[in-house]
Amino acid sequence: MTDVGYLGAAAEPAPPGRREDEPPSAGPGGAHRRRGKPRSLSRDAWRDLRGNPIFVVSAMVIFILVLMAAFPGWFTAKSPTFCDLNLSRGGPSSEAWFGYDVQGCDVYARTIYGARASILVGVFTTLSVVLIGGLVGMIAGFYGGWVDSTLSRITEIFFGIPLLLGGIVVLLSFPSGADASEWQTIGKVVLTLGVLGWTSLARIMRSTVIQVKHADYVMAARGLGGSAIRILRQHVLPNAVAPVIVYATIVLGVFIVIEATLSYLGIGLQPPVISWGVAINQATEFARQSPHMLLFPGIFLSVTVLAFIMLGDAVRDALDPKLR
Amino acid sequence: MAASSPPDEVVLDVQDLVKHFPLTSGVVFKRHVGEVQAVDGVSFQLHRGETLGIVGESGCGKSTLAKLLMRLETPTSGKTIFKGQDIYTVSGRALRAMRRNIQIVFQDPYSSLNPRMTVGDIIGEPFDIHPDVAPRGDRRRRVQELLDVVGLNPEHINRYPHQFSGGQRQRIGIARGLALRPEIIICDEPVSALDVSVQAQVMNLLEKLQNEYGLSYIFIAHDLSVVRHISDRVAVMYLGKIVEVGSDVQIYERPTHPYTQALLSAVPVPDPSVRGRRQQIILAGDPPSPANPPSGCRFRTRCWKATELCAREVPALVVRPGTDHESACHYAAIREDVVVHH
Amino acid sequence: MTLYPTPMPAQAVGYVPLLEVDNLQVEFRTRDGVAKAVNGVSFSVDEGETLAVLGESGSGKSVTALAIMGILDSPPGFVAGGVVRFRGEDLLALPEEERRAYRGRSISMIFQDALSALNPVFPVGWQIAEMFRVHEGMPKSEARKRAVELMERVRIPAARERAGDYPHQFSGGMRQRIMIAMAIALDPDVLIADEPTTALDVTVQAQIMNLLGDLQHERKMGLILITHDLGVVADVADKISVMYAGRIMEQAPVSDIYARPAHPYTKGLLESIPRVDLKGRDLSAIKGLPPNLMRIPAGCEFNPRCPYAQAVCLDQRPPLLEVVSGRSSACHFAREVLDGSV
Repeated sequence: MTDVGYLGAAAEPAPPGRREDEPPSAGPGGAHRRRGKPRSLSRDAWRDLRGNPIFVVSAMVIFILVLMAAFPGWFTAKSPTFCDLNLSRGGPSSEAWFGYDVQGCDVYARTIYGARASILVGVFTTLSVVLIGGLVGMIAGFYGGWVDSTLSRITEIFFGIPLLLGGIVVLLSFPSGADASEWQTIGKVVLTLGVLGWTSLARIMRSTVIQVKHADYVMAARGLGGSAIRILRQHVLPNAVAPVIVYATIVLGVFIVIEATLSYLGIGLQPPVISWGVAINQATEFARQSPHMLLFPGIFLSVTVLAFIMLGDAVRDALDPKLR
Repeated sequence: MAASSPPDEVVLDVQDLVKHFPLTSGVVFKRHVGEVQAVDGVSFQLHRGETLGIVGESGCGKSTLAKLLMRLETPTSGKTIFKGQDIYTVSGRALRAMRRNIQIVFQDPYSSLNPRMTVGDIIGEPFDIHPDVAPRGDRRRRVQELLDVVGLNPEHINRYPHQFSGGQRQRIGIARGLALRPEIIICDEPVSALDVSVQAQVMNLLEKLQNEYGLSYIFIAHDLSVVRHISDRVAVMYLGKIVEVGSDVQIYERPTHPYTQALLSAVPVPDPSVRGRRQQIILAGDPPSPANPPSGCRFRTRCWKATELCAREVPALVVRPGTDHESACHYAAIREDVVVHH
Repeated sequence: MTLYPTPMPAQAVGYVPLLEVDNLQVEFRTRDGVAKAVNGVSFSVDEGETLAVLGESGSGKSVTALAIMGILDSPPGFVAGGVVRFRGEDLLALPEEERRAYRGRSISMIFQDALSALNPVFPVGWQIAEMFRVHEGMPKSEARKRAVELMERVRIPAARERAGDYPHQFSGGMRQRIMIAMAIALDPDVLIADEPTTALDVTVQAQIMNLLGDLQHERKMGLILITHDLGVVADVADKISVMYAGRIMEQAPVSDIYARPAHPYTKGLLESIPRVDLKGRDLSAIKGLPPNLMRIPAGCEFNPRCPYAQAVCLDQRPPLLEVVSGRSSACHFAREVLDGSV
């Protein structure tokens, strides 16, 4: 008996031919009854998220950061590249809220402008990881057999390569020339991390797809004569995507940190590209004498990563049907 | 319940279906270590307008049989003839045509519908896959018609499955199965997961639809009372084989196979006045594993009549002397003390 | 079902039932509201007696059992009122340490799904022996010996060899026996069985119910059987309480209630279930669905589905009153239903 206590009410006809009178109240939280508006799982999830303070706060933080990345000029009038050596390592003042770095550049301006590179790397890397890993995992999980064996072995090989170490090796082997543009450098980092970092996502996608493909509704679609494409598109993918979304939001923060680490080590993004990692790199030497140079980019980095992780947590809870 | 005139035309002819699942061991190189003999030589015929009940306990192979009949699995050997063709050998357009005519209703109302599709899309999907059945503009109307036919409100076409109760979801599954106007519907435990007070609603619906659309049902279940109510003929399965088949009166009032007799004696009757009026047969132990079935008759390890002949020779499903329907037992004999007679 | 004569409870002055539940109320407090899962339930059971608590999902029957045992998930569940008296002592008023002494020793419970009720990482013999080690401080070797004895008592073949096996290595029926062994280890006076055979095949169900009956007779236990299966109830119960929407709708000895129900819900259930011994009845289904426990209808909880509902049924909740001697019903028209004039 799997029919757990039904929390809805409707009148069903006794003699055939007569219809229901009353639409059933829409699931838990049935206080809201918007006539005619369909209540999908995504809508329910969105409702939950809107009320979750963790989600709201982290979403706002991320929104501000995105604005910062897109329109840095809104946040500061100063230029990040205008540097006056006389002001080197100056502390925070009313002129420069975060002080000056070792070259006399305004730390606040550099932090704001640095958001762009960090966030771009994070977003694009995540996108490529989702695409590569998602595709591999879906095909492996859906087709099974030798396709699965082959793809899984490939996944395991890549899985064995540590992301950071692998990234270091690759980027060291293909160093950027001094005249490389910002986009080229960012692109290289994205590509490296993307190619090395898709494996966890592939495994998540694969196991979810394997679960979903055995569901009765997939069998029903096969029984109707649905093609593999249709089944993947209509049935498997929408139901397998939730854990992937959760993982993606969390790993976005991780990629930003990795980029910062690589830049700190001097092999990711490099000057003149501005990023938090670069700023932290330049600031460590003087960490004790002029902590403000390290502190502010560091705080921004931590807050960003925390925001993405909190977002991922909230999204995971909202999409988890067992928690409803 | 079919119409009163006895149905003659055979719509589905199942011949010697066998499905063995290989058991493998090993991680990189898988060794074949044995087989799960889920279905092991099942044959029967389904007539037009009739309901054939297939009853059996867990491990008997009835779910595998359902998937085989839908060609969701392909058999190790055997045929299923529909409209003169073996459904496992057709492809392309003939396969699509076959799929339109044999549909299925599943057991679990909570996993048989895609939670991310609206009810209208779920019931409309058959039309998307088979556009020749209904022109695009007509689809919405047909879906609403189907909702009405199964007793749901056609205005709920945009709702999602989780907004419905278990019984209502089962109706949606039935509407989906009905969309292409199939000739045969395979019902795989359609009411087992529903509350008692809702089971009758769905069973009445299935019977009404059968009469209205001239459907033939293969009704698979483990609940003997439910199977008896809806079936014209019943086949009893044990460990991958059919052990007895006959009309509902023959099986339920004059069972001849020991397993059927044990099964019937175990079914509780909702009437305290029949206490003590039936002989109780308690089978010893557990059913053997389908990966390692006994030689000869598979029921012999739990059967009180078993002899050395039973270990040697597999009993065929034929009409045995002194009985009026097919039974796979060397010592088949009618036994009426295990059932209640009114 | 083996028949044992039911001992007549001594109705002398100072008679105290073995277990008595009086006006029990359980609420579930959630973010969306308060659900009254159990809304004033009273019943009693004596030594050697079997009380069946019958209801569908959402009726509150399992919650009642959990509240009696004191293992309700709290939050969100809270006992909001009522008493549970074991030999006169109110269990609900006791602090948890004292309460624990009763669990397993005086009142014991078995559940529907043995696989999730047994710890998967310990051998079954160890788990049964734990009852002795923890509650009676028995040394390990003696506890193990007793555990094997119990396994033999519940008819697990090759008990000594299998005591070291893990739960997943047993079949469903065997696991249920292991759970029964654990439950009766300390010789409780009352055994609560919550849908013990729902997940099992019918032949296994017969074995298990047979075993429970033997054990009950041997140990003079009171048995509270929680189920939705009217057939099982007819086979084994002495008296029955029918629950719906958190309240008892009807209480009667089993022999009377099937032939002459005194509540429309009971009547509706009896008319809607298919029977293995009868063919071709029309099943008249109860229309509608069980109510939302957060918004129970005013008046009689059953009124939206009741074919006989009158104006008074929409306003006034009918209390559980005696209709004839030994039978009570919560219906304004219980007499009429009993007489068959509705």
